[in-house]
Amino acid sequence: MTDPTGYRRPDPATQPPYDVPAYGSTHHRHPKQALVRVPHTLTEVSGPRFSPAWYAPHADLSTLNGKAALGERIIVAGRVLDEDGRPVRGAMVEVWQANAAGRYHHPGDQHDAPLDPNFLGRGRVFTDEEGSYRFTTIRPGAYPWRNHPNAWRPVHIHFSLFGAGFAQRLITQMYFPGDPLLAYDPIFNGIADAAARERLIARFDLDITEPEWALGYRFDIVLRGREATPFENDGAH
Amino acid sequence: MTAATASQTAGPYWHLIDFPEWADLLRADGPNAGVAGGERIVLTGRVTDGQGAPVADAMVEIWQADPEGRYDGAFHGFGRCGTDADGMFRFVTLKPGPVPGRGNQTQAPHVVLSIFARGLLKPLVTRLYFEGEALNETDPVLQAVTPARRATLIARPTGAPGEWRLDIRLQGEGETVFLDI
Ligand SMILES: [Fe+2]
Repeated sequence: MTDPTGYRRPDPATQPPYDVPAYGSTHHRHPKQALVRVPHTLTEVSGPRFSPAWYAPHADLSTLNGKAALGERIIVAGRVLDEDGRPVRGAMVEVWQANAAGRYHHPGDQHDAPLDPNFLGRGRVFTDEEGSYRFTTIRPGAYPWRNHPNAWRPVHIHFSLFGAGFAQRLITQMYFPGDPLLAYDPIFNGIADAAARERLIARFDLDITEPEWALGYRFDIVLRGREATPFENDGAH
Repeated sequence: MTAATASQTAGPYWHLIDFPEWADLLRADGPNAGVAGGERIVLTGRVTDGQGAPVADAMVEIWQADPEGRYDGAFHGFGRCGTDADGMFRFVTLKPGPVPGRGNQTQAPHVVLSIFARGLLKPLVTRLYFEGEALNETDPVLQAVTPARRATLIARPTGAPGEWRLDIRLQGEGETVFLDI
């Protein structure tokens, strides 16, 4: 049986480490032993297929039961590609976020900001044949957290993605351009490589923007690509 | 080539994408409703941190083969479960079969476990194996782990019918072996 082609290993500078001293919650949650590297097998290169029949899409977070949520309506769209620029088709993209006031519809969020009865802040979409996805929501607010004195998370939307292979699984956060809080955020700055950080920031896009309706932001996402396929043995020709 | 997008923590509010029924892969109204055969099992365990405290806000996901060891069959081998106040997770699924490894190797039956949580800027990935499987002795991943730490990957029967338990220790004494995949 032919071995499956594995996924490429990331340049460590482009991914955050487990231990980030400036991010307090990592202190007791990061492993101290080295991870054991596993060559990719069927287990890692296969992945769950999510049928919209079982996992219903929900692309409009900006209304609930026909009533509009408060805040600035926005459209977020982009493409999911692999490292070689190939579209990842049929990828399930889940998103969740705070409301316009910076409060999550979550019992654990006790920030003194109002809940919005017309905003839950979760969605699910699938990429099409070009790897494109799109959803409508409300621009979330910044919110405080207790990581350090006067700590505030920059405005962000959480993204969860499943590619074709389990090794492509990704959870990340999309940030907004020009946010002054990015400079102070240990989660964002846990990534050493400046270009990799920059790619977590969506871009305002006038083509996605809909007149008289909503501003548009583009957020493209890249999942791991396959290792180069070994050259075939010349003698086999 | 553009490098893969950086991972970020799921944070404490990921429950907005928690659908507790996903922890039961055999749910009557789920993608495996029409799948027949196989041995029903329960996978449970507690996630604790470096101080031994329960990790009560973790998202645990599983990925596994079907009872024949296939990933491309009808069985949908994915589940998601949030840990409770005691750090416990619980999945209902079918016991996976042995899966082909690289070369001529065979992998012992296993379930991939991924932990996402506040304080984890990227997931911690490990595997759950089943105590008493003869193939454990030759499984390439188990063999790559020092014998002293191998037990952190092997679930044991709890005594309840079909129930297996594997605790996950993120840090410190008895730290779970995590995999770089
Ligand atoms: Fe957040």
